[in-house]
Amino acid sequence: MSSREQILARVRRALADVPADEPRTRAPGDGFADSHGVGPTLEVLEDRLHDYRALVRRVAPDRVAAEVAAALERRGAARVAVPAGVPQEWFAESSVELLRDSREEPVPVSGLDGVDGVVTGCSVAVAETGTIVLDGGPDQGRRVITLVPDYHLCVVRADQVVDGVPQAVRLLDPSLPLTWISGPSATSDIELDRVEGVHGPRTLEVLLVGSGD
Amino acid sequence: MSATFLGIPPFPEAAEKAVNDSQLRHNLRKATHTIRDKRASVVGELHDDWQHLRSEGAAVKEHTLRHLDHYLEQLEESVQRAGGQVHWAADAAEANEIVTRLVKATGETDVVKVKSMATQEIELNEALAEAGITAYETDLAELIVQLGEDLPSHILVPAIHLGRSQIREIFLEQMAEWGVPAPPELTDDPKALAEAARVHLRERFLRTRTAISGANFAVADSGTLVVLESEGNGRMCLTLPETLISVVGIEKIVPTWSDLEVFMQLLPRSSTGERMNPYTSTWTGVTPGDGPQEFHLVLLDNGRTDVLADTVGRQALRCIRCSACLNTCPVYERTGGHAYGSVYPGPIGAILTPQLRGMSSEVDEALPYASSLCGACYEVCPVAIDIPEVLVHLREEVADSSGHLGEKALMAGAEAVLSSPRALGAVQRAAELGRNAVPRHLPGMVGAWTDTRDVPDVPAESFRQWWDKRGKERG
Repeated sequence: MSSREQILARVRRALADVPADEPRTRAPGDGFADSHGVGPTLEVLEDRLHDYRALVRRVAPDRVAAEVAAALERRGAARVAVPAGVPQEWFAESSVELLRDSREEPVPVSGLDGVDGVVTGCSVAVAETGTIVLDGGPDQGRRVITLVPDYHLCVVRADQVVDGVPQAVRLLDPSLPLTWISGPSATSDIELDRVEGVHGPRTLEVLLVGSGD
Repeated sequence: MSATFLGIPPFPEAAEKAVNDSQLRHNLRKATHTIRDKRASVVGELHDDWQHLRSEGAAVKEHTLRHLDHYLEQLEESVQRAGGQVHWAADAAEANEIVTRLVKATGETDVVKVKSMATQEIELNEALAEAGITAYETDLAELIVQLGEDLPSHILVPAIHLGRSQIREIFLEQMAEWGVPAPPELTDDPKALAEAARVHLRERFLRTRTAISGANFAVADSGTLVVLESEGNGRMCLTLPETLISVVGIEKIVPTWSDLEVFMQLLPRSSTGERMNPYTSTWTGVTPGDGPQEFHLVLLDNGRTDVLADTVGRQALRCIRCSACLNTCPVYERTGGHAYGSVYPGPIGAILTPQLRGMSSEVDEALPYASSLCGACYEVCPVAIDIPEVLVHLREEVADSSGHLGEKALMAGAEAVLSSPRALGAVQRAAELGRNAVPRHLPGMVGAWTDTRDVPDVPAESFRQWWDKRGKERG
């Protein structure tokens, strides 16, 4: 008997007390809340991101290019990685060199290790937990490009922000490789003292575009 | 090269040593109280909804366990459909053999690892070392434990027993042996220590082509694996290598993607006391052009089906390894994790370890007694595992087992005396006669009881004698 058969047989023996007609499917419960009504969505997101010591700026839709340029200049970034599908207009006012990455034409890891940052969009953001989710879409790219550089500038549109975690889970496609980001990398492994910045980007900056109306 | 829990004495003996270590007591008190307060604050934020999430989390896990065969087969199919390969391991030896074979097939002799309780449990690093493969731990606390040739003492923060200056010493002395050395001017500032770890591991991440992980959740309907972490070392291991091998206990399954609505709220708030952990990665099989192009899932039994067979003890398999029960436990706070003699310490360890290992040793038989049954662990458990209930259940099993003949004889004697008023009266009168001869310290088997207690004075008369006399005097 293979280990597969052996384990399944052991499981079935262990569950002899479970009635044979007990339903195998289970309707997801609705006893918990979609969100917790802690305040206006964008303000909550901003507050949570600050809490994680991420940088956040509220930006009017017609000011994205100017704010991207300003952020990269503050950072002193000359070369940044971008996913190939990132909107061109975001960089209309900046003079940085863009290193385009795609699944078909990937930038080697050593190249990513040498850039000054990465600029992406996002798929969904969760206000209550200060979370930004990337799903590998055209403006988000391969997972590695938001991991190796030390600075991540993320453009989040107001219409991408939901209040609570359940709402975000419903919008996400599990077949895509997802990265949930809540602030810069951090550790509490030394005396439970939180320190920002270990292996992932040590600085996360978020441009929050639009008013959410 | 690395330490093992083999040889750690049973809990009472190990705990006595631990509680006399004042540095350890200080480190544990500081750490457990910090994290306890953080948890209370972010859980309190959700008000009544926390209890709703908790019931839902418990219900999802309980349902999954009751149909585990069905969900295991579903998970296997989903992972294979998405381009992953699934392996089944009945025990630790088989899991180690599978992983060793898979690593050898890649031709690599170095692997990077994401913190994983399952691989600790099966002592995978030691098995790989025997096959000439070096496993590099990349979680900061695991790195500290590995460099220090120490043992993990906490589920979430394995180096919780060490203070910053101890960690600095380990880095200065050991990092060079494993790779990039620590800077000689290294201070004990946590920021500086984290930076040293970043530099030490950076090149290793960019170079290593095989990674080993566990998973927090495995979603049956979509075939998705989920890893929650803080530092980004997980993302490095899950993204950069060409081959990824994930060793996952069969109890880690949740039925549907939407179940994460619950667990992605319960786990971060319960474990690190944050609204959300910095990074969560989810992946489903392989994604062409993004991340590892070869993915192996090793499903591990290693005693879990034995736990499943116990209808009371089964609930221990709901555990999502948050470690809230450790942080809140008055016993853990004083003894630390090593005294439990297992990678699973604290209250959950006291019920999980003896069930997984089958209560076959003195160490395992002592574990269900490593508790005051205060119930704080149950209160904080995000999936409502009634740990005190299981502890008492396991104590019954210990008491019913073949040993403990002396105790059984004593209890049988007590039953005979206490169930007969005449016998009780006779024993009481005998005790009164000898009341001045009762020693402070009892001899023989019952002597252990008086090691830390005085034998109470035997009264001149029993309550029943006094009551009878009083009745007669009042006529």
